[in-house]
Amino acid sequence: MPRTDQINQKGLTLVDAINEALVQEMERDPRVVILGEDVGLNGGVFRVTEGLQAKFGAGRVIDTPLAESGIMGTAVGLAMAGMRPVPEIQFEGFLGPAYDQLVNHAARYRTRSRGAITIPLTVRVPVGGGIHAPELHSDSPEAIYAHHPGIKVVMPCTPYDAKGLLASAIRDPDPVIFFEPKRVYRSYREQVPEEEYLIPIGEAKVVSEGTDLTVITWGASVFQCLEALDKLPEDVSVELIDMRTIYPIDLDTIVNSVQKTGRCVIVHEAPKTSGFGAEISSLIQEHCFLQLEAPVQRVAGFDTVMPYYKLELEYLPDATRIEEAVTQCLAY
Amino acid sequence: MPQKTVYTASVDYLQILDEHGKLDDKLARTESGKPTLADEEVLELYQFMVKCRALDEVAFKLQRSGRMGTYPQNKGQEAAAIGSGYAAKRGVDFLVPCYRENAALFMHGLPMHYVLLHWMGDERGNQIPKGVCQTPLCIPIGTQMLHAVGIAWAFKMRQEERVAITYFGDGATSEGDFHEAMNFASVFQVPCVFFCQNNHWAISVPRESQMASETVAQKALAYGMPTIQVDGNDLFAVHKASKEAIERARAGGGPSFIEAVTYRLADHTTADDARRYRDATELEMWQGKDPLIRLRKYLEGKNLWSNEKQSALDDAAKPLVVEVVKAAEGIEAPALDDIFDYTFAELPRELELQKRTLRTSSLGQNPDQAGLQAQAEHV
Repeated sequence: MPRTDQINQKGLTLVDAINEALVQEMERDPRVVILGEDVGLNGGVFRVTEGLQAKFGAGRVIDTPLAESGIMGTAVGLAMAGMRPVPEIQFEGFLGPAYDQLVNHAARYRTRSRGAITIPLTVRVPVGGGIHAPELHSDSPEAIYAHHPGIKVVMPCTPYDAKGLLASAIRDPDPVIFFEPKRVYRSYREQVPEEEYLIPIGEAKVVSEGTDLTVITWGASVFQCLEALDKLPEDVSVELIDMRTIYPIDLDTIVNSVQKTGRCVIVHEAPKTSGFGAEISSLIQEHCFLQLEAPVQRVAGFDTVMPYYKLELEYLPDATRIEEAVTQCLAY
Repeated sequence: MPQKTVYTASVDYLQILDEHGKLDDKLARTESGKPTLADEEVLELYQFMVKCRALDEVAFKLQRSGRMGTYPQNKGQEAAAIGSGYAAKRGVDFLVPCYRENAALFMHGLPMHYVLLHWMGDERGNQIPKGVCQTPLCIPIGTQMLHAVGIAWAFKMRQEERVAITYFGDGATSEGDFHEAMNFASVFQVPCVFFCQNNHWAISVPRESQMASETVAQKALAYGMPTIQVDGNDLFAVHKASKEAIERARAGGGPSFIEAVTYRLADHTTADDARRYRDATELEMWQGKDPLIRLRKYLEGKNLWSNEKQSALDDAAKPLVVEVVKAAEGIEAPALDDIFDYTFAELPRELELQKRTLRTSSLGQNPDQAGLQAQAEHV
């Protein structure tokens, strides 16, 4: 957990950056507590909460019984009573048992009590495929949660963005689901300021500016898109947008870009049908209809059950599929 | 010894005031010999019970006359709500209800018309006033117990001498959340009291079909939690057991479980007809155990109550209920803007767009689209 000079030289991983945000938020606000399976003594199965229990004690970094609804439901109660719980659900595939508490209670309380009771909780969830994990350890359910009013859905993919967005999420007065693309946990390092900083929820990032076509993506797919863009001829100018936040959606960044380029490819790991790409595509036709030069394309997971890991790289959008979609869209 | 008993347990049953109004004087006292409830307290609680019953009956009529939506009557369970509610400290302890313990909520400061507002389809009935320590009614079964555990946990973390008490029915103890809440509460020893109103019926399913255990109370044994079964129609027993559990929790003794054996004298809700599944003789038998009847008998036996006093109370309850109904029906219509404004602390841009335009224009989603803007504004 302490930043060694070595880490500073090489930069932080996603895991390091999230850990650092948690430390800083816990130091800043005594109401912040972490709870989940194996988050304490063990530092989390991905070591994201490494060292936190030693630093803040077992009363603030809490190993809970193995019960996801229990974790989420008690976090709702903690939030009601003025705490700032940061529960962890170990993998996105285990969100199912916690779904009722998150969606039917956390997300609805401000509205159903007309503001008398609010639920400021941030649930951290490792998400997505690509790490050769067992069954139900590789899904991408972000659209399900974006569909439920009252909850914010965040999915950063870089250490810098993750640190700033997690701090914003923990300070947010409403429930936030904070998805952490586990494929990126340790595969990418970058320099991250040691001091605390905030990145507002709801702001997409233009990763690279371009004029011919817009690629919109989030999570680990950002890196597959970068790889695809590298393969394109040099005279092709692509604007790459990392949504970072799924909901509230940054409509302006999407619209401004697609009105400029007239072409758009959306990339995500989740199944194509009713994936969040469908919503973005629909918003584009509502707001950019007259500027569109080609149908909006989607490169996504298939409408199949996420396969076991021998086939997962064929399921997940890769640079080849993305490059192909971009080329076709440009040629339309 | 290769084989031995590793665990034995039993569950106590407590009744202090029987259905004929006869009080067990010894049990009705604390260890120091003081009555658990003084006469004036019993009188006050009885009168409150009658008023709550009057409101409950009027709420039923409001539904039948089309002035209110579905309503779950509380009739028959007043002693359970009032005995436990009275044992908790108003403004300090936190009530986490389901929907059949209105009297406890009123006792802790919820304006009575809020419950009517809730069932009239108005979220302002859930807008718990500041200083009133309770959550709104909880419609899904059993989910609220985890909230109570979380609230109690926060009290413990902040070293506040406060207790959460959560209400649920016998059916709710089949839910997974019940077991997760019981487990979290006991593992972390939080100051939470689990108050089960065993009213024998979960809509149409009787307790015997709901669970194979002989009592509900014994479920707490698996969580190492102090547990007791009480006559839920006996104000004295409910109050004494609740007081003990609450004060144990307050003193750092962790969670407790109370099974209050009571009976749902009405249908599940106004949308239900219990005659379809429930034997009339069973209902009649329980009508004889009505908590109001036995408490009145008790007070009359002590010359604390009379027919004249009852008439005066019934007369006083009527205008009170009229005022409550008037407050619920007289409120201004809710504003549609509220559903947008209370989704998040800050209105997101896309939602702001919907709020501004969707009601008046199907093109609301794209008022900025060139060529369509003028049309949208025109509409």
